[in-house]
Parts: sequence; structure tokens; C-alpha cells
Amino acid sequence: MKKWLKIVADIVLLLVLALAPYYLSSYHLSLLGRFLAMAILSLGISITWGRAGILSLGQGVFWGLGAYVLAMHLKLAALAPGDMPDFMMWSGLDHLPAWWNVFRNPAVALAGVVIVPTVTAGAMAWLVFNRRVSGVYFSLLTQALALVFSTLLISEQAYTGGFNGLTDFNTILGHDIIDPSFQRAIYWITLAALAVAFILCRWLLGTGFGKVLLAVRDGESRVRFLGYSPAAYKTVAFALAGALAGVSGALYILHAGVISPAMVGVVPSIEMVIAVAVGGRSSLTGVVIGTLLVNFGKDTISSAIPELWQFVVGALFILVVTALPKGLVSLPGIALRIKSILFKSSTAAALEGSNV
Amino acid sequence: MATPLLSVENVTVSFDGFNALDDMSLTLMPTSVRVLIGPNGAGKSTLLDAIIGHVAATKGRVLFKGEDITGVDEYKIVRKGICRKFQAPGILESLTVADNLALAARRHRQCWRSFGTRVSVQVRDQVERVLGLIGLEGKKDFLAAHLSHGQKQWLEIGMVVASDAELLLLDEPAAGMSHDESTQTAELIRSLSSRHSILVIDHDMAFVEQLDAPVSVMHMGKMLREGTLEEIRSDPQIAAVYLGRAKEVPHA
Repeated sequence: MKKWLKIVADIVLLLVLALAPYYLSSYHLSLLGRFLAMAILSLGISITWGRAGILSLGQGVFWGLGAYVLAMHLKLAALAPGDMPDFMMWSGLDHLPAWWNVFRNPAVALAGVVIVPTVTAGAMAWLVFNRRVSGVYFSLLTQALALVFSTLLISEQAYTGGFNGLTDFNTILGHDIIDPSFQRAIYWITLAALAVAFILCRWLLGTGFGKVLLAVRDGESRVRFLGYSPAAYKTVAFALAGALAGVSGALYILHAGVISPAMVGVVPSIEMVIAVAVGGRSSLTGVVIGTLLVNFGKDTISSAIPELWQFVVGALFILVVTALPKGLVSLPGIALRIKSILFKSSTAAALEGSNV
Repeated sequence: MATPLLSVENVTVSFDGFNALDDMSLTLMPTSVRVLIGPNGAGKSTLLDAIIGHVAATKGRVLFKGEDITGVDEYKIVRKGICRKFQAPGILESLTVADNLALAARRHRQCWRSFGTRVSVQVRDQVERVLGLIGLEGKKDFLAAHLSHGQKQWLEIGMVVASDAELLLLDEPAAGMSHDESTQTAELIRSLSSRHSILVIDHDMAFVEQLDAPVSVMHMGKMLREGTLEEIRSDPQIAAVYLGRAKEVPHA
């Protein structure tokens, strides 16, 4: 019964979101689209952190790889054949680098959005996990990776557009990107991608793979001494999170119209984790809700009082870690418990009363 | 002569110049029980670590069914048929009792073969069988975290049994158990010897007596004596070791 209720709730939520283009302004629709794209990344964090206990503070890197790959395609698609992006000419390049040109082909670019972050995340995880680096050391390593990535993007201006990043996208597969009807289509594509990713993750957590990941969080060496290779399982989980991050990044820039190093560095990577923690890292529904709430909160607060957001996000994190370690999704359970305690104490009081 | 299931041949394990194992040898035949005793720091747990590849042997080698497994990855050694129970219960607390056992019972442990939701009939039967052996049928859907200490110990023994490994390494299986519980554990171990070879570490002489198996005594990383419990008990050198006067006695 309870399982059915959950599925019904998920479907209702999906319908409400699917109809959003009919009741939201185009500004708010674009915001919602971005945040739904972010939720895809959050699902990946839920698998790695929520399930397997691997805390990455560098998901911005894989998100950024997906975003930059698509942005390179969009940048090339906006140019006449033979032309170069303006920032390359300003930086004195005389021809388009070959590794840019491969993404001119839309099929290659779309494949690259998934493959580049997946392979990067998988290779990094394989190297690190096989050396039995884990826990806080892994988190620090990923954070350093985020710093390196954003620094590299800024310093290699001739190839990456530097601090300003890549922007001025206007066409994809022959469609006008800023056209309202196409923006609506992108919104639905994003929502569909989130739904598919959600179902995939839900299925995955129920497989033997999902159980081994949970076991790895409980006792990595116990799992190893049952004949499993924790490094292999963790690598696959991390690569999957990388793939979801890449798709998330690519969809995000279709709504936002820009990608820059400031969006992929240390601070955004940490905000991604905070959104997941707020929703409840072990619950897929929870991380989607958390991502939407935190991002809308960020938008509302920072457009009113820009300095305030940093304090709010810090306070939010402390609050969740200390008072709600399982996130917002644990609130209904806590409310029920409080109710039962109150109920019990009142019956106890009534009994005592009758004795007197 | 049949091939021994396990032979540890002159293994030395050094930690910064200290020999936790010093030219240690041990042979175990199929379907036999062996009890390993010795004072604290004698190297008993280190021996299990060396067998299962958790620590690297500085010298010597370990053969399992005639195959050299020295330096092989731990999880690959386990897949060959050696499973170990640790001193502190190493169960998976967020999983149910049945899932703990199913994870141990699964034959296909490679990552790429883990993407199914169905539990095979063999695994399910194995889980049921082991639940019966360890007396936790009624708790199979409980989270392992909610078991009592003795039940956790049994669950871990159950996991080792469920793995269907030919060689079971049990590090203090009865630690922290009540008298009745440890009697049951000894019975369980004796009944397992028809299918598995078992190497048990323990200090508790009452428990060792119940196991009714040949005893090997370790001291300072070496094998001191092997024999029946009576022979061991009547050996003055061993008495000296246990009374802490080891230095007065020449080493074997």
C-alpha cells in the first residue's frame, strides 16, 4: 500500500511539473528547467554519497565537462563554416583546434556530453579507489580537482573562452534556441531526462549492485572479504554519477545560455552537495525536492539581498547536519514520532490521573 | 598422500623489523578442524591475515589446493574458496539478515554481473539453510544492526558458511558469548566440518575443549606444538608460555 502511495505521489508530481509551461511565466519556466537539470546531477550524488558513502566535492567538474562539450558544439553551430569563435581570434589563434572541431558534428557532441564526463569520472575513480583512498581524503581530492578544473578553464582562454566562458548560443539542430516554443520543448526534454534518470536510479538501487554499494558504505573490508572488489563497484557508481552530471550540465546551459568557470568550481560543487543533504541524501525523491528548494531559495534570496545567500546556505548546511541528518524527507517520520510520543504521554498522564 | 587444502610454508611477516610471523608453517587437510591457540601477540590473527592476503608475507608462501596464492588480491583469494570471520563482528548493519547472507552466498561477485534484481534459487536455498543453522529464521527481515551481540557473531559465522568456501577462518567466534551460546557455537562448528575445513582461533580453553579438535599452539610468531588438547595441556613448555615465563624456556 505504502509503495503504491509513493508511486502515485511521484506521478502526480511529474504531471504538475509537465504542465508547468502552461502556468509559469517564461522566466520562471527557465529557472525551473535549470533546477530540474540540476536534479539529474543530484540523483548521481544520491547514488554515490547517499548509497555508497562516497562524498565527492567536485561534481561541478563532470557537470562542467558535459556543459562545455555541448557549449563547444553550440558555439560552432552559431558560426558560418570556416569561422572561428571570437575569443580565439582575440587570443591570436589562427585556426580552430581539432579537438574543438570534432564537436561540430551534433551526434558526436551529444555522445560526448555523456562519454567525456563518464570516462573522466571513471578513470579518476579507478585510480583512486584501487589505491584504497577513501573517506575524507577522497573528498579533498575531488575538491582539488574542481579547483584545478576551474583554474585551467580560466588560464587557457584561447581554447575555453577564459573567465567569461562560452555564451551566445542561438541554434541547435536547426532550431532557434531562444524561441519560446523551443524553450518549452527543452523544458520537457529536461523533465523527461530527469524522469528516465530517476527510474534508472530507482531500479539500480534495487539490484544486487545497489545492495553491494550499501554494503560498501557499512564495511568496505567486510565486502572485500566476501569476494567482492569494492573498487570496481565504487568506480562504476562514480562513473554513473559522472554521466548524470554531464547530462545535467548540458541541459542546464540550454536553459541558461551560458557556461563559465565560476559555475563549475569549488563553491558550486559544494552547493550541489548541500542541496542533496537538505533534501535527504538517501532518498531519490528527497534529493530532487532538495535541489529544487535550495536553488529556488538561492535565486529568490540572492536577487533580493545578494550577500545574504552565503550565510543562508551555511546555516542551512549546519542545520541539516546537526538536526536533520536524513534531510527534509525525514520530517514526516519525525512528526509522526513526536505525535506518538505526545499521544503516549497523554495516555500515561490520564492513567496516572485515574489512580490519584 | 592427498594434497593438503592449505599449506602455509615458512611464512615470515615483518612489521618494521618485528616479525609478527617468524618462519611459520601449518598444514590443513580437507574437512578437518584445527584450533589455533597462543598468548596475546603470538601472531594468530596475523597468520589469518597472511593466508587471506590482508598482509604481505615477507618470506615464504601460502598454497591453497596446491596453488600459490601469496600476493593475490584479497577478494580473488576469497573467490577461490577461503572465507574469514573477523574478531569484531563484521556484519553489514544497514542490510537485513537475509541480505547479509545472500551477499555472502552469491556465486557471481563481479560488478558487471550484479545488475539483476532476481535472487537465484541456489542463493535463496542457501540463505534458508544457513538461517536454520544459525537459528535466525525468525529474524531474517530484521536489519542486522538490531541483532544482539551473540546473534551478530552468529550472523557473521553464517555469512562465512553461506559463502560455501572450502576453508573457513574463524577468529574468536565465541568472543563475548554466554556459556550456552558458545556451547551452541562449538556444536555448529563441529557439524560444519563435514563440508568445510575450519581453522579456529580462540583463547577460551572451555570452548576449545568443546571443539574436540587437534590444537596448534603459537608463540612469538612461531609454531610451538601441535597435538591433542591433552598433550598440549601436559606440556610443561606450553604451561610456561601461558604463565608468562616464556624466556626461561628454549624455543621449539
